[in-house]
Amino acid sequence: MSIMKRLGLIFRSKANTALDRAEDPRQTLDYSYQRQLELLQKVRRGVADVATSRKRVELQMNQLQQQGDKLQGQAQKALAAGREDLAREALTRRSALLTQTQDLETQHAQLQGEEEKLTLASQRLQAKVESFRTRKETIKATYTAAEAQTKIGEAFSGVSEEMSDVGLAVQRAEDKTASMQARAGAIDELMASGALDDASASPNSDIDRELAALSAGSDVDSELAAMKQQLGSAERQALGEAPAEQPDEQTKEG
Amino acid sequence: MIIRIMAEGQYEVADDELEALNVLDAEVESAVLADDADAFGSAFAQLLDRVRSHGTAVADDTLVDSDLVLPPGDADLHEVAAMLGDSGLIPG
Repeated sequence: MSIMKRLGLIFRSKANTALDRAEDPRQTLDYSYQRQLELLQKVRRGVADVATSRKRVELQMNQLQQQGDKLQGQAQKALAAGREDLAREALTRRSALLTQTQDLETQHAQLQGEEEKLTLASQRLQAKVESFRTRKETIKATYTAAEAQTKIGEAFSGVSEEMSDVGLAVQRAEDKTASMQARAGAIDELMASGALDDASASPNSDIDRELAALSAGSDVDSELAAMKQQLGSAERQALGEAPAEQPDEQTKEG
Repeated sequence: MIIRIMAEGQYEVADDELEALNVLDAEVESAVLADDADAFGSAFAQLLDRVRSHGTAVADDTLVDSDLVLPPGDADLHEVAAMLGDSGLIPG
């Protein structure tokens, strides 16, 4: 049998089973309405859960971005100081981060898709639940149990199918989100372990410390140079020459 | 007739569309039976597109049964096979 027909039958038999359970079909109205409201809550929680996962991925993307920027800066400093080996190390780490970032971007897009789908599902269900509520009141007020049967069947099966569909959509979204949460958890652990951290946190190759040492060394050099210059200008002043392009403040301090 | 695309909503489709849809549906089914993911992907996408483009979306607040039901657009071959084989997949 065709796929479309088979799935249609599966849905219909679910609706009928639920309807057949009650002795007075009017009782099913309130019972079903309660279940609809519960499912609506569940879908909304589902939307919130997916949104939380999405935000977590966004946070991780930002963290990786910052670390990547930091490594880039370290590479530039290292290269400027003539330490190509350090620069290469920093860039290698940065490229590993970029791979992680791309993976997170894919996950982010998927989560956004799930969030949108669930939001729409929740809106559809809400509209149907509201419709059902109106019909439920009419049926309860107007019809006897026997008369109500058909009317209830119509209202009930329409909303029951939606409930089955939304129920499955929430389940699928939860499954997908769970696997992404596991991966997000793994990235959090990597970050905590320092494996994805910036190079300054690594015990093996302390790029930051080496850079700090380099810059301390160059600070000493530049201080020496400044002192020599001041000495030179003081001598020139003693000889009656105006200081060439020396700022006044530094001369006074020296 | 009313056709539901799961996780998407219901569409009202003219009855004379059924023939064309059945052809695509048969292609999807044989792809599932043959476990041919490529053939499934293309036939399934065409089937859904046909329903969307030749049908009119049913208003959200309409309570109506579907005559036919299609799997969600992002379902893969194995998910569809599982849905058909095990009705327990659909809750409610």
